[in-house]
Amino acid sequence: MPAPNAGLLLDIDDVAKTYGSGTLALSGVKAHIERGSFVSLLGPSGCGKSTLLRIIAGLITPTHGAINWAGADQRPGDIGFVFQDATLMPWARVLENVYLPLKLKGVSLQEARPLVFDALERVGLADFAQAFPRELSGGMRMRVSIARALVTEPPVLLMDEPFAALDEFTREKLDDDLLALWQDQKWTVIFVTHSVYESVYLSERILVMGARPGRILSEFTIDAPYPRGIAFRQSTDYLVQCAAVTASLRKGPA
Amino acid sequence: MNGESTSRVTRIIAPLLVGLAFLLLWEGLVHVYDIPSFVLPAPSRIAESFWLNAGSLMGSLWITLKITLSAFLLAVVGGVGLAILFSQSRTVEMALFPYAIILQVTPVVSIAPLILIWVGFERTQLALLILAWIVAFFPILSNTTLGLRSADHNLRDLFRLYGASRWQVLTELQLPGALPYMLAGMKISGGLALIGAVVAEFVAGSGTSSGLAWRIIEAGNRLDIPKMFAALFLLSALGIAIFFILTLIEHLALRRWHESALRQES
Repeated sequence: MPAPNAGLLLDIDDVAKTYGSGTLALSGVKAHIERGSFVSLLGPSGCGKSTLLRIIAGLITPTHGAINWAGADQRPGDIGFVFQDATLMPWARVLENVYLPLKLKGVSLQEARPLVFDALERVGLADFAQAFPRELSGGMRMRVSIARALVTEPPVLLMDEPFAALDEFTREKLDDDLLALWQDQKWTVIFVTHSVYESVYLSERILVMGARPGRILSEFTIDAPYPRGIAFRQSTDYLVQCAAVTASLRKGPA
Repeated sequence: MNGESTSRVTRIIAPLLVGLAFLLLWEGLVHVYDIPSFVLPAPSRIAESFWLNAGSLMGSLWITLKITLSAFLLAVVGGVGLAILFSQSRTVEMALFPYAIILQVTPVVSIAPLILIWVGFERTQLALLILAWIVAFFPILSNTTLGLRSADHNLRDLFRLYGASRWQVLTELQLPGALPYMLAGMKISGGLALIGAVVAEFVAGSGTSSGLAWRIIEAGNRLDIPKMFAALFLLSALGIAIFFILTLIEHLALRRWHESALRQES
């Protein structure tokens, strides 16, 4: 069973976004995210799911509505963000890349070192601290990117199609590693993806989004127990759920 | 591995062989056709002249080198400094950039007399420095400006997310990212500083100037063509040295991470 909900984390309150060019990227988006949950935003490209994620991160200001965080206000470092590309600084070693969030907060390298190595340990890259990004494979770079997001121990992890550029084997491996980390840490994960299979495999809840204008079409709860392994991926239950989600994407708004 | 070392040797040996063959052919033709040395001196005559005039030529080389290097260093400081200013304020950039372009497109030869008059003929070297700086300054400014603006957008967002200050964004993200652009600009400017220093001295003409360009004018006036060639040779050598040193610096700074420095493994 998923973790007992420790309550509301954030409330997406009637958010709309119109870009300067007049494009209506999002309209009337309402949803709430529970603390400690794993939620996917699923939809085709152009449905505004990345825009919504950036609004949650505070990187984009909504034209209408707001993100209401339960409890304290967001502080820098409270949100870990993982982009579609690893987005590492090519001139810096893995160690320095993972240290970046702490460095920006004014933590000395000496203080940060154990935290950095702990984060690298968790993604299985402690041996590569001195490597440069270009010396790593795509999957390893993504792990560095995840380690960088984890190093501040954020309560919320936002992921913007993080594994979309990777091959299937690497992606499935990283999916499993991510789930293991999530179960271990119990942070909240908001995961943007365009893959039905990935979202059903990973999530407790899926918010299905549609395009023009970007909005939430429907919502699914996947109540398969964690840890989910290969058995779940091959189960009939999994395929049935995938089919249902796919159908809702086809059909449009309920 | 084998192919790689072969190609590296080829890269050094092949041009040297071509150069040697060219010199031999030159030497041979001059002797066979008995060309007078005031038209085309044989390489051996040029070497001899170089040896005889080594004192004055090396002194002039030193002066040209000093002007070129000072102009180049000031161009780096000024270009990078102004580019940083531009990156901090779009308004400043829009206000100043057109004037930087005017400075760049106006031929240095045409401003040289004016600068000479302003600075005073007794301070030719300062005038040469200013003129060489004007020529060398722009590539560094425009390249660094572009580089500072080219920082990855997602990385910028990441810096914002962690509440980075402007200073942190500049020093941790923009400047390291602009380094390849800066170095490319420096490679262009190094050569331009030398050209500026030489061209300006040609315009300055006589007076107190005594760089390599003046040696060439002087030798030309006396129809001492071998010495002219010797000075010319020194100028090329200086230009090549500047280029190689800057290429080396670029390689050392970028070899670990930048695409341009990657060797394709086959």
